[in-house]
Amino acid sequence: MNMAQTQSVKVIASAPDPVLGYCKFQFGSFTFERDMYFVHVSWPKGVHTIEVDRFLRAMVRDIGWGFFYGWIFFDDVFGTQNHYGTVDIYAGTYSKGHRDTGVDFLETFNTDDVRVAFETISKNWINEGYDPLRAPMETGSPLGPKTKDAAGPLIRGFEPARRMMGLPGDVSPRSDASGHPINRAFADMSFDKPDIEIEPGFEDQVHAFNLFDHIARADVTWNPSFTSITRACICCVTSEEHMLPVIHGNDRNEWFIQLTDEIHWNIQDKNTGNPRGRIVMKSGDVCAMPADIRHQGFSPKRSMLMVLENGTPGLEEKYANGELEPFPITASRW
Amino acid sequence: MSFKTKMGSLASYDKGSIDLNDDLKHYAFSNIFEVANDSKPYERVMVASNLEYCAEVVRAEGASPWYTAPHDEFAIVMDGEIEFTFFQLGDDQKPSHSAGAAKVNGEPKGKRMGRVRARRGHEVLLPKGAAYRLSAAKPSVCIIQTSAGPESVEKWSKICVID
Repeated sequence: MNMAQTQSVKVIASAPDPVLGYCKFQFGSFTFERDMYFVHVSWPKGVHTIEVDRFLRAMVRDIGWGFFYGWIFFDDVFGTQNHYGTVDIYAGTYSKGHRDTGVDFLETFNTDDVRVAFETISKNWINEGYDPLRAPMETGSPLGPKTKDAAGPLIRGFEPARRMMGLPGDVSPRSDASGHPINRAFADMSFDKPDIEIEPGFEDQVHAFNLFDHIARADVTWNPSFTSITRACICCVTSEEHMLPVIHGNDRNEWFIQLTDEIHWNIQDKNTGNPRGRIVMKSGDVCAMPADIRHQGFSPKRSMLMVLENGTPGLEEKYANGELEPFPITASRW
Repeated sequence: MSFKTKMGSLASYDKGSIDLNDDLKHYAFSNIFEVANDSKPYERVMVASNLEYCAEVVRAEGASPWYTAPHDEFAIVMDGEIEFTFFQLGDDQKPSHSAGAAKVNGEPKGKRMGRVRARRGHEVLLPKGAAYRLSAAKPSVCIIQTSAGPESVEKWSKICVID
């Protein structure tokens, strides 16, 4: 494996291209350049081209997720791995062909430097009218020359609940008042409120809200919202339409609970990318995503998904060194 | 164009499929409504387990025992209507176990805290250290985000697709 360790480095932007108007960026040993249709990532021994919509959809989510748990593959070649303090950016490291020909490359950066670099690139390359967090049918095109910088936050929808959404002093569910109408795909559902009676003094103990209403109002897709926390167990809910714009490589087990509609998941071996098969999850289905796979979801209609994560620090090392088996229900429990 | 959202229920659900060149036990694929249909009322069946944490499926029908946990739990109603009643516990009733839900010894001796009547899609806080009871006039289903505890039931071979 070809790799480099960079302690601290800042992204460097070129002058805007005189024809297309976009900047080119140097970050460590990687160079990022875009044209009307494609992003070209180059490193000392190689270059890789990704369609621009896919690249930007992946990059803004990678930023917003804080590089998430484990590997975020923008495609089969390029991506990041989170080490919770540092982040690897790799090209071809998990692609047999790249490794065999010696053109793979991986470089490790401080997390904040990667975040700043990815935000800088995204801001320059996202034009007004295109929102990579929305479903493709709900936004404009990223193609063509630079027009005007997109207004508004580059990332949104990530403020996590501290105990439970809607409790006094905690984050609020989405609503008409917050500027989040019910999405067109859930317009056939009815959303009522739970009936709540609270004795005086128990306002921070007796609480309920309509979780489905909160999800149905999401203006983002494949973008989890933390709604309730049991110690280090995090309940994330998300609104899914079209395809997960990344392939997620797990560094721990996670669980999916399909609340409405269906999602089709492609499952691959984490290290080789070899296909292991396919899972179709329908409303009420529950499935683990083991710590030794990559997965990518496809949601033909906008659907609601609940994900349970174990955020215990250091778990990734226990799975990586074999202290924990890479699947959740060990043999003695069957 | 109008959309039709598909949601399962106790009476009608359409299970998905798992087709992998791998050990299917590693994925523990099940369905909440199928599990609830095969469960006794208030049997707390694990459908997800992540080290000490889990999600349990509960078939609510009639009144449950009183439960308490040493941490917050959260219930999401997936079908029907469930009433949750909350009381404080007496000093001699407070949870002494480390995690998950346990039955309360007797009736709760503390003050009434309140009540929630929840239907499909509603999420309800089951607060740390309080006593709570579920009741449902008709068979209903909820998922509980919690830790594995004395009331958790494991029957993975019965609920999961394994071949």
